[in-house]
Amino acid sequence: MKTMPDTIRAGPQPLDKPLAVELKGVWFSYERTPVLTDVSLSLRQGDFLGIIGPNGGGKTTLLKIMLGLLKPDRGSVRILGDTPLEARHRVGYVPQTTSLNISFPVSALEIALMGRLSLARPGRPYSRRDRDKVEELLRRVGMWELRDRAVGTLSGGQRQRVLIARALATDPEILFLDEPATGVDREFETDLFRLLEDLNQEATIVVITHDIGVISRSVRSVACVNRRLIFHEGGQITKEMIDMAYACPVDLVAHGLPHRVLEHHDEG
Amino acid sequence: MWEILHLEFMRNAVLAGILVSLCCGIIGSLVVVNRIVFISGGIAHAAYGGIGLAFLLGISPTLGAAGFAVVVALVMGLVSMRAKYRADTIIGVLWAVGMALGVVLIDLTPGYNVDLMSYLFGSILAVPSHELWYMLGLLSAVFLLIVFFYKEYLALSYDEEFAVIVGVPVRTLYLLLLCMTALCVVMVIRLVGLILVIALMTIPPYIAEKYTRSLGRMMCVASLLGVVFTLTGLWLSYLLDLTSGAMIILVAGVAFFASAAGDAFGAKRSGRGEV
Repeated sequence: MKTMPDTIRAGPQPLDKPLAVELKGVWFSYERTPVLTDVSLSLRQGDFLGIIGPNGGGKTTLLKIMLGLLKPDRGSVRILGDTPLEARHRVGYVPQTTSLNISFPVSALEIALMGRLSLARPGRPYSRRDRDKVEELLRRVGMWELRDRAVGTLSGGQRQRVLIARALATDPEILFLDEPATGVDREFETDLFRLLEDLNQEATIVVITHDIGVISRSVRSVACVNRRLIFHEGGQITKEMIDMAYACPVDLVAHGLPHRVLEHHDEG
Repeated sequence: MWEILHLEFMRNAVLAGILVSLCCGIIGSLVVVNRIVFISGGIAHAAYGGIGLAFLLGISPTLGAAGFAVVVALVMGLVSMRAKYRADTIIGVLWAVGMALGVVLIDLTPGYNVDLMSYLFGSILAVPSHELWYMLGLLSAVFLLIVFFYKEYLALSYDEEFAVIVGVPVRTLYLLLLCMTALCVVMVIRLVGLILVIALMTIPPYIAEKYTRSLGRMMCVASLLGVVFTLTGLWLSYLLDLTSGAMIILVAGVAFFASAAGDAFGAKRSGRGEV
């Protein structure tokens, strides 16, 4: 069981900070099935947003729209004031590890170097600077010693560290992570959120997670997505969110919820 | 056994086998890791339409097949990018329609009695010297392109979405890969025929993938395995007087099952060898 954090992290960023993410009236559907309906969200730079919601509720779709990998049917998306396409070289992305081929013949170092592709040119090897940067990041996530190992021989947590190093290699102003705590051990999960809090001093963080217990200690804001989106600057998980996302409370029940999250809103 | 190399057709067969196996090792590795085996099979069969068209127009069948295969590959590539959920159906349709078109066009060609079997099962013993130059040219082009775009192909094969985000021209490189696959497939048709293309393009990379930890090494090992399978099959077919294309595939098939059995056995002891 998790204990209540000693210190509560500061609330949302002051209003004078420029917007990192701005969604207005975004709609998206696969074939004919609506996945997101009229979603709006404003996130300031320096914020740490946790996105929760039931499986199939549209969390990953929302993330891919922000990354410009999917185009919304309607609505506008602004990332750092630009279109997602223009802002691509300013964001980092950590996909769900389960979506990647584990038996792929590639080493940890080669994966991390992919983060430098936006600066590298075809036909040339990665530069000294690229390699130095990646070495520094792999050391930071504790994977430098294992850099030559094939990805298939790494544990879930080790793979996740490599993917985080790869995302950071792009020097992102916003870091998007999709379920980074899936398939990793509990110990790494704590490390992970400590690392993200640390990164949050330089970059905006947007993280999808099913685990409200862990998220509530690190995040500044919370959004719950289940076709609609409810957003709360300040990190509170409201009763409304819980009602809407009632598929997630498996974790709510399992890990217990830090008190501060519910006490303001219990009266509903 | 070396005396057979004094025969020109045998020498050409050996050279063709080596050149095409090297090409297959490089392209086949990308085909396997990108899971486009089905598209490659579709290209191989649809290429028969190009052979039929070439006979009707009186041009070189290799040229006809190559041109047609590239067009089919591009259509399949665009379809698989646009309509992801129906791509396999559409590829299956093009696969069959291309083949049917080839058969009908050859029927319509006056005075021609084309040996269909040589396209279905290959004719490695009948490779003319000038085709060896095509093969060498294609191999060089493929080698240079893959060396030049190695980082980019590695990234898009491992994680396409991330490659898109860091600005790799994923669509263009994907279509380029399909064009190279199409040309490679046409060369493999010479060796083992369009029905058996897929085996030679996928078995060596499949085995190589298990023992390597980089895409480049996978390509090298797959190329070497391809050469070994092709030459062994060729030699056995000469020795036993059996169809060469089918023998090559059987040798590859035996290696495939041996490797799979080795895995099942080795899994109990754990630990896998890597180069």
